[in-house]
Parts: sequence; C-alpha cells; structure tokens
Amino acid sequence: MELLYASCVGLLVACGVYLILRARTFPVVLGLTMLSYAVNLFLFSSGRLNINKAPVLGQSASYADPLPQALVLTAIVIGFAMTAFVVILSIRGRADLGNDHVDGQPRSKKRSK
Amino acid sequence: MQHLITLPILLPLIAGIILLLPPCGKSLVLRRWVATFMALFTCIASLLLLNTVLADGPLVYAIGEWQPPFGIVLFADPLAVLLTILTSFLTLVTVIYASRADDKAGSFYHPLTHFLLMGVNGAFLTGDLFNLFVFFEVLLIASYALMMHKKDKHTTKAALHYVILNLVGSSIFLIALGTLYGVMGTLNIADMAVKVGALQGDDIYLAKIGGLMLLIVFSLKAALLPLHLWLPATYGRAMPVVAAQFAIMTKVGVYAIMRVFTVIFGEQAGELSGLASQWLWPLALVTLVVGAVGVLAAEDLRRLSANLVIVSVGTLIAMVALNSEQATAVAIFYMIHSTIACAAMFLVADMIALQRGKVQDRFVNSRSVAEPKLLGFCFVIAAIALAGLPPLSGFIAKLWLLQSSYSVGVAWAFWPLYLLGSLATLVALSRAGTSLFWHDHPNHEEHFEDNVYAGKRRTMSLVMILAVPVLMSIFAAHIGDISAQAAATLHNTQVLVDTVFALRGGQ
Repeated sequence: MELLYASCVGLLVACGVYLILRARTFPVVLGLTMLSYAVNLFLFSSGRLNINKAPVLGQSASYADPLPQALVLTAIVIGFAMTAFVVILSIRGRADLGNDHVDGQPRSKKRSK
Repeated sequence: MQHLITLPILLPLIAGIILLLPPCGKSLVLRRWVATFMALFTCIASLLLLNTVLADGPLVYAIGEWQPPFGIVLFADPLAVLLTILTSFLTLVTVIYASRADDKAGSFYHPLTHFLLMGVNGAFLTGDLFNLFVFFEVLLIASYALMMHKKDKHTTKAALHYVILNLVGSSIFLIALGTLYGVMGTLNIADMAVKVGALQGDDIYLAKIGGLMLLIVFSLKAALLPLHLWLPATYGRAMPVVAAQFAIMTKVGVYAIMRVFTVIFGEQAGELSGLASQWLWPLALVTLVVGAVGVLAAEDLRRLSANLVIVSVGTLIAMVALNSEQATAVAIFYMIHSTIACAAMFLVADMIALQRGKVQDRFVNSRSVAEPKLLGFCFVIAAIALAGLPPLSGFIAKLWLLQSSYSVGVAWAFWPLYLLGSLATLVALSRAGTSLFWHDHPNHEEHFEDNVYAGKRRTMSLVMILAVPVLMSIFAAHIGDISAQAAATLHNTQVLVDTVFALRGGQ
C-alpha cells in the first residue's frame, strides 16, 4: 500500500510540475490543481497509513491520528479558494492581454517586434 | 485582559466584515471613516499589548481552551508585538492616504486592507506552524486582490506571476509541514523546539529536508535571492499605496525565518542547530549586492523603492544569519526603520508620479511638480532615512549594524558589501532627486487638475509616516532597549516552551 500511495503522490507531483512549467495559463492552472491534490494526499499520509482504526478516542483499542485529517480539510478549502482565484485571474489575463500566454505574449511574437 | 492578544487579529476581521456590510458597503465616506478608526483601534490595541508584554513577559493564549500541543496557541513576545504595531500603523497611514482618491480605483479597497492586516498580524502572533500557513494564505489572498485593484494589463500580468509563484510556494509549505509533522508528530512551535533535539537516525534527515523546504518558502516570501525576481515587477506595478502596505510582507517572511530557525532549529536542536545559517549568510550578501545593482539601474522611483526593499531584505537576513542575540536586536530595529522608510518612499513616488503627468515618476526631464516644496521636503526625509545619513534613524541602524557585525567577526565580508550598497543607494537617490526636482521646466501657466494636489489626507499620512524615522532617532535608546529585549526573548527558547506548557499545567 505504501508503495502504491507514494508512487501516486510522486506521479501527481511530477505531472503538476511539468504542467506548471508550460507557457499557457490553462495547463498552469491544471498543474497547480494536481500539485495541490498531491500535497493533500501527502499531508494525509503524514499521520501514517493504517486500516481499520477509529478516528475517535475510546471507540477501539488503536486509533488513527486525527490531526492530519484536520490539516487536510483546511488545506483543501484553502486550495479550492486559491484555484478559483487563479482561474478568474487567468480569464482576466486572457481578456486583458489578448492571449493566454503567461508572459502576455508568445516568444515568437516578441522577437518579430 | 487575557483576551487582549486576540484583538490585533479580531479587530481587522470585524472591520473587514463591517466594511462589506450594507451601511458601509454603500457609502464611501462612511467606509473611509470606519476603516481609519478600526486601523487606529488595532494600533492602540497592539500598543497596549506591547505594554503588557514588556511588563509581564510573553503572553500565550490557547484558542478555545484546547491544550497546547493539540490546539492552536497564540503567542505574543515583544518581537511579534512590535511588528504588529508596525503593521497596524502602516495600514493606518495607507488607509488615510488612499482615502483621498486611490480607493475609488476599484471596489473593496478598505475591506481588503483590513483582511491583509488580519493575515499579517495573525502570522506574527501565532505559535503554531500550520496556523502560520493559514494566516499566510489569508494575507496572500487579500494581497492578490489588492494587487489587482488598479485595472490595467501590465498589472494583470504581474499579478498572474505573483499568484502562481505564491501558489507553488504554498504547496511547498504544506509538503514541508507534512514532513515535519510526520517526523515530530506536532506543529506547535514550542513543542517542536522540545522534540527536535530528541530526533534520531533517519528522522534527522527528514527533519532537515522539512526545515530546508520551509526555508525555501520563507525566502520566497522574503524575496531572498534567487527567489527575489517577482518583487520589483509586483511592487512596481501595484498601486503605490498598496505597494507601501506590501512593504511589510517581505518582513513577514523574514520574521518567519527568525522564528523557525532561531527557535525550532536553535541551539537546543542538537545536530540540526544552525540549519539555515550556512545558506542564509552567502545568499543574504548576494541579495544585498543584486538589490544595490537594481537600485542603480532603476528607471523610475517606484522600481527604485522596490529594489530598496530587496537591499533591506539582504541586510536583515545577513543579521539573522549571524544568529547572535545582538545581531537579532539590530535586525529588529532595522526592520522597523526600513519598512517605514520604504513605504514612505512609495507614497512620495505616487505623489510625484501624479503631479508630473505623463512621464510619471521616470527619471527624465518634464514639467515640474505642482507642490515642489512639500514633495521635495518629503523626498529628502525619506531619502536620508533610506540612505542611512545622520541624523535620522537610518544612520543609527547603520552604525549598529556595522558594530554588531564587527563584534561577531564577520566585518571583512559584511562591511565592504554593505557600505558599497548604501553608497549605491545614496548615488541613486541623489540622481533621482536631481532629475525629479531640478531638471524640470517650470511653467507657471500650467494648470494642474484638482485631484493631483496632496490635500489634507495625503499630507497628513505623509507627515505621520515621515515622523517615524525622526522619532526613532530621538527615542533611539528606548526603541533599541525594546529591540534588545525582543531579541533576548526570541533567543531564549526556554521562555517560549515554559510559557506555552505552563498553560497546560494550569488547567
């Protein structure tokens, strides 16, 4: 399970980083979203991975660490708000700059000027 | 009085909400008054808090009475409270300044400044790393919106870069927190400071990775080389009054570095102590140099001020890297001084840009400004403070910086770079002043529009902010004592640990 989980997080981070390094805002937004998924999974695993353990004290002999769950919830909410903001900002950038390049214009255009 | 510590966070939150709700939401005049007074109240609450903290020692507050290592604690030591006062004061000044006209450029200026104030104050007062992350996000989202306050396409581009960079930064922050939590099982700063010394085997390396990732994030916020490239574009493009308020944001990064790498990875951390120093010292020096080059190369006054922020960050981090109590005391004094002086320069740049018409604040010949006496006077005071000439606080800070780096024995590296840097600042500022005020074509026939004149509010806010370097120079001994006390508390990790865990014992 650990191996599967870790490679999943790793793959998400790799895809996220690759997409963030693209030159258009849409892939960048997708990349940021993937990175935040990976981060959420990673945070969740920081309380160790276990199966069949109650998250509430007194329900069973062994219990799962409840704190990472609280951390992940907070991180999801914040990540959601930030993604919404960056989507709107990209649309605004598309409208203001005339294209969806992160630098405002593709490089080939810059050279021809 | 036990709840006093929450006021610097709660007051701006309440203010932000009030400013959005109907009576204020509709009337701009009402919004201005409420925003000004709420900022003033926050300032007063922070001053009261400083008074309490200086008299009775650091305060700690468990939110919702959840006990320390599990619940979130707020922790007020003199350093945090001093910075809260600084932020509240800066907000007060910028709100008054923006009340003249800038708040009409877009909607929600006043609520956003208060949410920003809440985020910054929260980041200073928190005693928990995850809570620090949350407050970082609060201040960041407010700053994104404030950055977009002025609508033009260059701002959109700069904002896009700024937002994406900070989102990546937040992800790294969370990964670092996950790593540290996985190793230590806590994110409470005091608890971490206790547990870090007991780490063994591979856990040490994991904690090291987590710690260094935190350093990356805080360096991004503080604009330390090589993560400083966003700063000139962002600060140069944002509205100057917003940029003036942003002057505190790099200091949040510096504060976080001080807090985490002096307290958690401090002397008691065993193998991990002094984790950051070896990285911070060379990077800080190079930041200083790059900032100074940027100051010389700047083509307009706003860019120049933005590069001065980088110079100040380099100087501050160099002091932090020395990791001695005296150097930290200087850093605190210098932090207050440089934030105020840079913010003042942004405001002066805004006035100059308004009054010079099309050429704005670029260093080229043009018509003269409408109020040369007022602006010239303000510019000279801000410039003297920034260049570190006597008699203002910049000079005292400079002497103290040189003295403390000499006493630690690193003068050979710090003195030449720092002195050349301040020479560059001086040259650039004199050149700026010459071309802005002397190389002009006075035309007495010229008609200025009404809204470019300073007016009561802008003059008042300029006077308020420029009074600070003067007062800091008059009361230098007193402020120096407070800084020394703040540094002593910061370096004495045991005080933090005892205060936080006393809470658990008492209940």
